[in-house]
Amino acid sequence: MSRPEPIFEAPWHAQLFALTVHLHERGVFDWPQWTKDFGATLAEHRLSGDLNGGDDYFNAWLATLEKVLVSNDMAPPASVASMRDAWEQAYLATPHGKPVRLGD
Amino acid sequence: MHFRAGQTRATSANLAAMPHDHDHDHPHTLLPPEPALRVRALETILTEKGLIDPAALDEIIETYQHKIGPQNGAKVVARIWSDPTFRKGMLDEPMPLLEELEFYGRQGEHMVIVENTPEVHNVVVCTLCSCYPWPLLGIPPGWYKSDAYRSRVVREPRKVLAEFGVDVPDDKKVRVWDSTAEVRYLVVPERPEGTEGMDEDALAALVTRDSMIGTGLALRPEA
Repeated sequence: MSRPEPIFEAPWHAQLFALTVHLHERGVFDWPQWTKDFGATLAEHRLSGDLNGGDDYFNAWLATLEKVLVSNDMAPPASVASMRDAWEQAYLATPHGKPVRLGD
Repeated sequence: MHFRAGQTRATSANLAAMPHDHDHDHPHTLLPPEPALRVRALETILTEKGLIDPAALDEIIETYQHKIGPQNGAKVVARIWSDPTFRKGMLDEPMPLLEELEFYGRQGEHMVIVENTPEVHNVVVCTLCSCYPWPLLGIPPGWYKSDAYRSRVVREPRKVLAEFGVDVPDDKKVRVWDSTAEVRYLVVPERPEGTEGMDEDALAALVTRDSMIGTGLALRPEA
């Protein structure tokens, strides 16, 4: 038998997957609806070339989740953008080897 | 193309997300890729609003990494091979039996078991996205999610199967099952010769993930 493949190729794939499953468990969306939305995003992304099923797959997944969270007002785009920037700043300001935390 | 040969082509998305690679006399932590920052942002916002519990996320990852995977499906297949009553139940109405085994849950609510025979080879795809029986097989491999597999296995299944090393003779039918948000399929591969008298645990070791998708066969005992 060949070597087992990693289940998640990148840590953020796993985080994103878990976040989605957790939100579903909390009843934020139902799974058939998620599947439909995700399928639609994949079809859109495919227009710019074949998807390889790795990063590009989870990029489509992320775009779908962001859309869902915007539509139900749980994470408006402006908050996501500024929180993203805050994390970037935190990474840049944290000495190598130290845990990265958001500043106040 | 060959599906086993890894499909790590750089996309514009992940190129843009590459961590910076300038000279390194500066001391800060490496910036994670762009989508990772966006995922963290979502997590932080939802945690601050009390909408998610970060500990639950770790638990979900742990479960999918270590507890849920093709070993579950392999157990089911081994029992189908060994126990005619179980086999009949699984082919007729699998859900009560799967619930009893606790191989049940998200993406596995409505399973259909399709059995390979000397006359028919079954193979599973999801042309819509990547629906897959998580409770039985875990998280799908990259190739299952690729456009190449999803579009081609419907159009030219024999050719795709041959690329996986499965040569289906001309007089054997190939049936392609397209998963949906509601219905998921599990292929029961043919029981290999030379396995008479083996117990379920030994049999389960012969059942690979790919053999339960249909892109592989069960291993022979000497392999």
